Amino acid sequence: MSETAAVERQIDLAALRPARIILHLAGLILAFMAVAPLFWMLSMSFKGANEVFGVNLIPDRPTLDNFIYVFTQVDFLRYLWNSFFVAAMVTIIALFFHSMAGYALARLRFPGRDVIFLTMFATFLISQPVIIVPLFILARALHLLDSYAGLIIPSIFNAFGIFLLRQFYLAVPRELEEAAVIDGAGYFRVYWSIILPLSRPILSALAILFFLANWNSFLWPLTITSDQNLWMVQVAIASFRQQYNASWNYIMAASTVVALPTVFMFVIFQKRIIESIKTSGIK
Amino acid sequence: MADNAVRSVDIAIPAAQKAAGFRLSNRHREWIAGYLFVAPDALGLLIFVGAPMILSLSLGFFSVSGFGAYSFVGLDNYRRMLGDPLFWQSLRVTILYVVLLVPALYASGLGLALLIQNDTRFNGFVRTLLFMPQTVSLVVVALVWQVLLIDKIGLLNRLTGWIGLGAYSWLGDPRFALIAVVVISVWFLMGFYMLIFLGGLQDIPREYYEAAKIDGAGPAASFYLITLPLLRPTSFFVLLVSTVTAVCGSQTFDLVYVMTRGGPANTTSLAIFYVYQQAFLFNEYGYAAAMASVLVVVLMLITVLMFMLTRGGRFTYE
Repeated sequence: MSETAAVERQIDLAALRPARIILHLAGLILAFMAVAPLFWMLSMSFKGANEVFGVNLIPDRPTLDNFIYVFTQVDFLRYLWNSFFVAAMVTIIALFFHSMAGYALARLRFPGRDVIFLTMFATFLISQPVIIVPLFILARALHLLDSYAGLIIPSIFNAFGIFLLRQFYLAVPRELEEAAVIDGAGYFRVYWSIILPLSRPILSALAILFFLANWNSFLWPLTITSDQNLWMVQVAIASFRQQYNASWNYIMAASTVVALPTVFMFVIFQKRIIESIKTSGIK
Repeated sequence: MADNAVRSVDIAIPAAQKAAGFRLSNRHREWIAGYLFVAPDALGLLIFVGAPMILSLSLGFFSVSGFGAYSFVGLDNYRRMLGDPLFWQSLRVTILYVVLLVPALYASGLGLALLIQNDTRFNGFVRTLLFMPQTVSLVVVALVWQVLLIDKIGLLNRLTGWIGLGAYSWLGDPRFALIAVVVISVWFLMGFYMLIFLGGLQDIPREYYEAAKIDGAGPAASFYLITLPLLRPTSFFVLLVSTVTAVCGSQTFDLVYVMTRGGPANTTSLAIFYVYQQAFLFNEYGYAAAMASVLVVVLMLITVLMFMLTRGGRFTYE
């Protein structure tokens, strides 16, 4: 595959037709394979119980019954609201904290700054499953079990956001804030009225990424909530699956409802998301 | 950073002249502002990442009851680990998963990136579709694939039956279950690594390829002599992140939790899943923490290695 891609780059356009067609075809087939399962989910969510395992993509008798069932027989709106609320709160607080930290780590000079940055960066690779047991015990000691605070607070802190924002601020021209500092503006003023407006593009990209990640998160909400009223939507559909073991049409309808907001967000903001991930790797 | 320091001296001078004599207090003001700005995140990371990490290393020496009573048991948990066949099984599964997943993600990510690296509208469209699975939660992914792979009547079994291969219990057969988890993981994650590789490919100057072409290098030669070496930082990042994801990513946990619960016959019982099981299903917090501490040590080793190789997290090679 790599060879053919290199070929595409190197041979003149005219000589390339057949190769290009094959490459496009391969791209299309792979792209189709990537989204086919999602279309299948959509299709099943509109099928009745007796045709749900049919091999037809377009339902013979499309029905909204599955969705009606999900919204009336289960407290699904509540789970959706919980997820929305938690994801939005985490995103807003995280953007504030990370932009403040990123600004200070990139721009202000204070003793220990680099050590602080490196220590923060060192937590980059620590994933939640590894520390889930002590984190749970800690949350229990802090009385965070079965509470919105418990869902929100531990999810705010991540080194990735700080790292990206610091990189961004390192590249912002200094002259802008210097003028303000010389005019006697305090550092918080500079941050609030110069740095924040400047960082709108990266903040909006991060906002989307954070919201997606928290809407989709499962392990922490699963671990910290046993009260059904606090279930986030991912926990709800996972346990939905256990309750309605064979009713795949209901389960797929619920999954569709859960997946649609994030897929829509992605389709709308795809340029921004794709650019920010492309550049997040290195640099 | 050295550059910043030099420039900061430049601005310090007019500021100092203006505030004649208050130079020290200005500097201290900047210190205080710096600490205050960093404090929320620093404290949060300390409490919710740092402390659990240290706790996990010490918790393994205790027996913790469901009500939070601790008693020191020394190395008991670690001794128990050595004699626990399911622990060893979970390590085997984890290693197998890493060995299968990491190369697959590297190859698929790089392959896809090369396939669609030119910025045409068509490629943009393909890119979007390839990345789409990433936006869906792993719980949904697990549920959808469970339906597709379901015994007898699932779509995949319809297809294999139709072309004469017969039907299999993909997630219920110890021979296939882990492979299925790997394939689904690749399906889900490849779009992300494709984008990382695209970012890396963008940074390779076009002139290198043109020069190589003039020198008579074929496509294979320019791939091995230009693309691969110049992609080294990207490759390094991809291998590191995908290894960590495979060992202890929450993505993997979600998939296994929803689809297989570690079964059949513990063939998908990844270490992180076994840890979770011991802690939250059997209330063996101390034992679970002891096992997790093994993973923490592995992670710390990987992190230290990364620091040494990247000189403190700056992924640049001069």
